[in-house]
Amino acid sequence: MTKKQRRLLFAGAIVSVAAVAAALVLTALKSSVAYFYTPSDLQKLAQLPTGMVRLGGLVETGSVKFADAADTKSRDALVDFVIEDTVAKTPVTYRGVLPDLFREGQGVVVEGKFDASGELVASQVLAKHDENYMPKEVADALKKQGVWQETEGPTN
Amino acid sequence: MTTIYDLANPKRFEAFAKTLTPFTAAATAALFVAGLYFALFHSPADYQQGETVRIMYVHVPAAWMAMMCYTSMAVASAAGFIWKHPLADVAAKTTAPIGAAFTFLALFTGSLWGKPMWGAWWAWDARLTSVLILFFMYLGYIALWNAIEDKTRAAKIAAIACLVGFINVPIIKFSVDWWNSLHQPASVFKEGGPSIDGSMLTPLFLMGLAYTLLYVTLLFIAMRAELAERRIQRLEQAARAPSGAVIS
Repeated sequence: MTKKQRRLLFAGAIVSVAAVAAALVLTALKSSVAYFYTPSDLQKLAQLPTGMVRLGGLVETGSVKFADAADTKSRDALVDFVIEDTVAKTPVTYRGVLPDLFREGQGVVVEGKFDASGELVASQVLAKHDENYMPKEVADALKKQGVWQETEGPTN
Repeated sequence: MTTIYDLANPKRFEAFAKTLTPFTAAATAALFVAGLYFALFHSPADYQQGETVRIMYVHVPAAWMAMMCYTSMAVASAAGFIWKHPLADVAAKTTAPIGAAFTFLALFTGSLWGKPMWGAWWAWDARLTSVLILFFMYLGYIALWNAIEDKTRAAKIAAIACLVGFINVPIIKFSVDWWNSLHQPASVFKEGGPSIDGSMLTPLFLMGLAYTLLYVTLLFIAMRAELAERRIQRLEQAARAPSGAVIS
C-alpha cells in the first residue's frame, strides 16, 4: 500500500466513523432533538408532562375564542384555542400578543405547562409558516380553482 | 493549451486568478444590482408574509453559501490531505473566513426574519442549532490554523477536523425533514421541484449566483494573498539562514 492509499483510507475511515457516531447520537437523541410534541405524541404518553413543553400543530378552525372581543392585540388579551393534528387535539390558553401569522388553520408552536384540567397554559406562541411562497393573486387563483388545501397550501 | 492541470501549479494559478478577478468582480456587482432590483422592487409580496418575504433573497443564498463553502473546504481538505496538493490547503484555509461570514449573515438575517414571522429572534430547533454549530466549526477551523505554527502540520490537523465536521452539512440540510422544527421544510431543492412561485424564484436565483461569484472573487483574492504571504515567509527564512544553506 502506498502512502497515498494509506492517507485515502485514513480520510475515508475518519468520515465514516464520524458519520456512524453522528447517526448513533442523533438516533439516541431523537425525541429531544424534536423542537415540539404534536397532540398525537401527547396522546401516546401515560400522563401529561409536568414541566415546560412545546406543542406544535394546526390551530383548529373555529376554535379561537378571545375572552374580550374588543381586546385581541394587547398584552392582556386572553385567548383560548385548540391545537390539532390529524389524530388528536389539545386545548391551549394564552395571555399576550399573538404573532402576525397566527390564524385558524395555521401551524403554530406553543410553549407552556399543563394545568390540572389538561389545558396547556402557554407562555409563548410562535407561528410556523410553510414552505410555499407565492404572490397573493396566485394564492387566490388557486383557491378559486379549488386546488387549495388549507393545511398544506396548494397542491401541485 | 491550458488545462485544469496547469492551474494546479501555484504560479499559473496566481496569473489565472489575477486576470480573472476583475471580471468576476464586475459580474458579481452586476448580478447584485440585478438581483437586488428584482428582490426589492420587481417581485411580489407573499400571500402570507407580505413584504417581509424579501428577507428571503438575502437570507437563503447566504445559507446556501454557508453550506457550499464548508463543502468546498471539505473537498479541498481531502485533496490536500490525501494528494498533498499545495493549492488545496491554501483554498481550504482561505475559504474558512468567507464561509464564516456567510454563515453569520444567514444567522443574522434569519433572526431578523424570525421575529416578525415566528414571533421569536431565536429558537433552539434542529435547523437553527445545526447552523450555529456550523458557525462555531468555521471559527474552530480558523483557530486551528492560527494555533499551530508549522504550516504542514496545521494543514494536516485542520483538514482532519474539517472532514469530521463535514457530517454536519447533511444534518443541516435534512434537519427540517428528520425532526419537528420551527423552521419550515425545504422550498427549492426538494422532491417535486420548488414550491416557490416563479416570480420569486428569479430574484432568488440571481442573488444565489451573485453570492456564488462573490465567493469566487473573494477566494481568488484571498488565495493570492495567502500565496504571497507564504512566499514572503520563505524569503525571510532564506535571509535568516546561514549563507550557502539551500531552502527548498
